[in-house]
Amino acid sequence: MSEVLYVAVLVLYGAATVFYLVFLLRSVGSRGKAAVWTLAAGFAVHCLFTAARYLEAGYTPITTMHESLSFFSLAIVGFFLAMAGKYRVALLGSFVTPLAMMAMLASASFPSAIAPLNPALRSGWLGIHTIIAFGGYAAFAVACCAGIMYLLQERYLKKKKLGALYRRLPSLDTLDDINYRCLTIGFPLLTIAIISGAIWAESAWGAYWSWDPKETWSLITWFIYAALLHGRLTIGWRGRRAAVLAIVGFGFILFTFVGVNLWLPGLHSYR
Amino acid sequence: MNIIVVGLSHHTASIETREKLAFDPNRIEKPLRGLVALPDIREGILLSTCNRVEVYAVTRDIAGGIARIKRFLAEWHELPYEEVAQHLYGYHGENAIRHVFRVAASLDSLVVGESQILGQVKAAYSYAAEYGTSGLILNRFLHKAFFVAKRVRTETRIAASAVSIAFAAVELAKKIFGDLADKTVLLIGAGEMGELAAKHFIGNGVRSVLVANRTFERGARLAEELAGRPVRFEDLFDHLHKADIILSSTGASHYIIGPKDVAGAVRRRKQRPMFFIDIAVPRDVDPEVNELENVYLYNTDDLQDIVESNREQRLKEAAKAEEIVAEEAGRFLAWLSSLEVVPTIVALRSRFDEIVRTEVERTMVAWKGISPEHEKRIEAMTAAMIAKLLHTPISVLKHTGQGNRIDLYLDALRSLFDLQVEASEKNEAMLGNDE
Repeated sequence: MSEVLYVAVLVLYGAATVFYLVFLLRSVGSRGKAAVWTLAAGFAVHCLFTAARYLEAGYTPITTMHESLSFFSLAIVGFFLAMAGKYRVALLGSFVTPLAMMAMLASASFPSAIAPLNPALRSGWLGIHTIIAFGGYAAFAVACCAGIMYLLQERYLKKKKLGALYRRLPSLDTLDDINYRCLTIGFPLLTIAIISGAIWAESAWGAYWSWDPKETWSLITWFIYAALLHGRLTIGWRGRRAAVLAIVGFGFILFTFVGVNLWLPGLHSYR
Repeated sequence: MNIIVVGLSHHTASIETREKLAFDPNRIEKPLRGLVALPDIREGILLSTCNRVEVYAVTRDIAGGIARIKRFLAEWHELPYEEVAQHLYGYHGENAIRHVFRVAASLDSLVVGESQILGQVKAAYSYAAEYGTSGLILNRFLHKAFFVAKRVRTETRIAASAVSIAFAAVELAKKIFGDLADKTVLLIGAGEMGELAAKHFIGNGVRSVLVANRTFERGARLAEELAGRPVRFEDLFDHLHKADIILSSTGASHYIIGPKDVAGAVRRRKQRPMFFIDIAVPRDVDPEVNELENVYLYNTDDLQDIVESNREQRLKEAAKAEEIVAEEAGRFLAWLSSLEVVPTIVALRSRFDEIVRTEVERTMVAWKGISPEHEKRIEAMTAAMIAKLLHTPISVLKHTGQGNRIDLYLDALRSLFDLQVEASEKNEAMLGNDE
């Protein structure tokens, strides 16, 4: 059952990616609708897949690379769809959807078998800690996409080379606003994820903080976003600088998420 | 039935001539009524803008109709016919339809893609509708023209880009700031260009305007006119940070704003972006300013380049638009032709019926002692003859579809059999044609 749903998600996200890229490159008409509806359909099936997987495993399906990359993709798409209503920047999808698709493809490259869960991790914290963390990751992923769009648009304006993409891209102000909004959502989630992780660690491993690589890198990431938020609120970091930091920050998120799991052995490692 | 177009435009006549032939939109009723009072002019619309004066009419007699309208235009304005006629063009058939579609879609405009013309065509049509000078055919025709204009607008980017410096500046500002409603424009120098640009910004939502001019009084006057606030030129740098958009057009011979001034202002406004539009020649703003973060500087040449490339873009898009126009003109012509197919068929049938009935009756009267049964047989036979004789011509009419050939057939039938045909809307449904 869940395999069928998984393939359906891949197909729908793939189609949405194609639609969004066509939407990005073809400048006339309103093909954005087809793209967002395909993506929404993919999201619905993705939710079903995750629920089915939850019922099969008996716990939040986020303990293997296969599962967690899929969940990462789900969170990104969900967060984007929630944002799409407010900002009406359809073109953002042309950047976010390929990212979600890549996460799904990466997920598909890992074995899909349900791994037996370490009994120490069997707790309600698994769901809370991971879902909050991935919610934060998703917000930062969208911030990164908005940042890339900002840098593109800023370059067009500075170089005075106003191509077709310049016309399609939203205003700098809108992109900066999306960046800020994502930061104000992502940062609290990341903070709560780290705190909830510490509480869970105390009950599972007996210590709040054990400088496990994942914990260390999460903290580094947290400092980056804390600096960005602080800079924004106090000395008016914005625009280009905020966009660059959002992209760098997301690079750290990716490393904390994928890199640490694969290359730095520790308590959080899983495959 | 034919649609004809007679008129002149910026392509064929100078502004002086166009002025002489213009109609006052507030006094359009009389000429409209005069137009449809002409012999064989069934419906009519008058379009009069500063770039064109055109008559759209429906007539049966193309050459006569065009000639009468040309004469009408001259006589109405009490001008010698020869003087007027040399500027006038006359179109019929597909060319007429295409022309009106092109006008409505702003493909025939002086500035291709400008949006005003569609509103003017709509107004001209609503006068004609109000005074009852447009009917079945022009109603459908003009609505089709509006539809074509809309298609061109949504399917091509013909009007998507600014073709004046002031508009280009406003568009750039929108790409930087998004909404302009809560933005402040600082106008430096009370020159004409700057004033014009400032008005464009106000027209696009800006509500707060500051004016700094070397002679304070003059700046104050302009500020009043723009519903803004004057500031003293000496205090310029105390106010710079308040402005999101700076329009500079002083006559200064050297840079009056340098990177240091701007860097300070940006810091004071917590890095909120600033957009400098330097329309002064020689320039007012040091080009180094563009290197600062969150600061964008465009000078006259930059804006001119944008306008130029937008123009080229528009011409490219116009080619796409022409395809749309051709496609829709073909469809409309098919509809127009179909209007007369069914009435012609009906008229043809009744003409045959009439002849046969007369002849049969005459025979019957003379033929004593014919039995009712034979009478019936003869009637059945003549009915079958009519049906067989007309079968091929009717099916050819129904299936020829569109274009000039059908008009040829219809004309031939009408004159060969002396048919009186009125166009009617029912036909379309009877033929099962789409438009």
